[in-house]
Amino acid sequence: MSISLKNVTYTYMPKTPFEKTAIDTINLEIQRGEFVAIIGHTGSGKSTLVQHLNGILKPTQGTVTVDGVDLHDKKAAAKAARSKVGMVFQYPEHQLFEETIYADIAFGPKNLGLTEDEIDQRVKRAMNFVGLDFDQYAQRSPFQLSGGQMRRVAIAGVIALEPEYLILDEPSAGLDPRGRDEIFQEIVQLYQSSGITVILVSHNMEDVAKMATRLIVMNGGKVSLDGSPLEVFREPEKLKTAGVDVPPVTALLRLLKLRGLPIDDSLLTIDEAVATITTALGERKEC
Amino acid sequence: MLTDITLGQYFPGKSLIHQLDPRAKIICVFLFIASIFIGESYASYALMAGFVALVLALSSIPPAMIAKSLKPLWIIILLTVGIHVFTTPGRVVYEFGFLSVTEEGLRQGFLMSTRLVLLIVVSSLLTYTTSPIALTDAIERLLKPFEKVGLPAHELAMMMTIALRFIPTLLEETDRIMKAQMARGADFASGNILRRAQSMIPLLVPLFISAFRRADELAIAMEARCYRGGENRTRMKELQHTGRDWAAYGFMLVFILILVYLKFTAGKL
Repeated sequence: MSISLKNVTYTYMPKTPFEKTAIDTINLEIQRGEFVAIIGHTGSGKSTLVQHLNGILKPTQGTVTVDGVDLHDKKAAAKAARSKVGMVFQYPEHQLFEETIYADIAFGPKNLGLTEDEIDQRVKRAMNFVGLDFDQYAQRSPFQLSGGQMRRVAIAGVIALEPEYLILDEPSAGLDPRGRDEIFQEIVQLYQSSGITVILVSHNMEDVAKMATRLIVMNGGKVSLDGSPLEVFREPEKLKTAGVDVPPVTALLRLLKLRGLPIDDSLLTIDEAVATITTALGERKEC
Repeated sequence: MLTDITLGQYFPGKSLIHQLDPRAKIICVFLFIASIFIGESYASYALMAGFVALVLALSSIPPAMIAKSLKPLWIIILLTVGIHVFTTPGRVVYEFGFLSVTEEGLRQGFLMSTRLVLLIVVSSLLTYTTSPIALTDAIERLLKPFEKVGLPAHELAMMMTIALRFIPTLLEETDRIMKAQMARGADFASGNILRRAQSMIPLLVPLFISAFRRADELAIAMEARCYRGGENRTRMKELQHTGRDWAAYGFMLVFILILVYLKFTAGKL
């Protein structure tokens, strides 16, 4: 059970002077239950890559299969496979259109042809996941909300489809630090409570390093690194050429170790780092 | 998807035609369009077709691109041929039912459709070889003399520039919203007209909102930079006629003179 890409290449506007190959012979396998973060510099092809995962873009070459079904078969199975993958685009709040928050979140489930009851339940669950109080918000207009709240409504609109794989393209772009933390917290909660597969696109390593079980670093339309966060951080040279930074915590620990402090430099959270640094400093005082 | 449409159509290149002053190109296109209506004989049409073929060759625009610009209009062309073939009175060549095909009709149909094709090819050559910015610049300069009688040339050109500038942006936006709604199960392609019109709502509402937002942002950005219209404004790239452009005018003049000559001497071949 996985999303699998075989030799996928995509070219924008082929056979014109504007021709541009955005991703080049990508081979990937994303297993169910993973929390994958796709990281890369602007123009590295990460957004193009994820748009292949639910069949929005058709690869110029190669195939994309979800749970063994080719997304571009002309069969009902392909359509069903596509609907297993939910996609939250960049600035998803720009897609809101209904008069009430309830109606907007219900748009997706309605298109699935569900019963009123089922739709109602799904909207409630989705709003709960993104931390919007149903009684308070359901009947309000989405356009009266703040940017962060609008984004949550839009994400709820995708969650209400109850996909098995959830793709989020830069879900924190343009939010203040607090809004960013809240969105990420909700995503992690969703991941932990529902067993959904999450694929998160970002250009900021710090945001995703703590959450993801697997990091894929894109550079120039190719996968340059693929592995657990710790494995990926061991390749500072490749990260540098890809234009992404090691999170500051890891960078600090590495620097301290280089200067001779006996610490573990493979930690990702600030709390762990503080603990290891204080113990290391404590040991030194003793001697 | 939508972004593959070549709107604004500029096809970058370094050919002679690309390098002509945009004003020269606009004037020549207008002259050509006017002169199309001088031609009546096969000889003059052959000359016009030859002229267009020459410009096309000089512009090094792939003919496939030109064919693409004709594609949306072939129904109109076909209709023109049909109407002329069946409605022109004259010597009947063929008859079925109440419809009759006349010799004059065939001739008229052929010439009219050629006229249309030449018109479209020439005007798309203009947009293929001239960037939208150069085009509006040229229009502003050409309209400048009319400012004395109250025509707001600079403002018109600015409006056009802004409109052109936002076509790709709005297309991209449309594309993005469409994808997002499709990812939520929206279906834009099936159902009858009413259902399809209804299915556009999730696309149009966000699109309008974003267009208004962008307009507002742009207005504020322009005001913040103290923009206040065209008076005393200088520009980075002044348009300048060079030898090439005068040669183009000369060439155009010779072409028109030959057409006029053909009209009065050769008559209807």
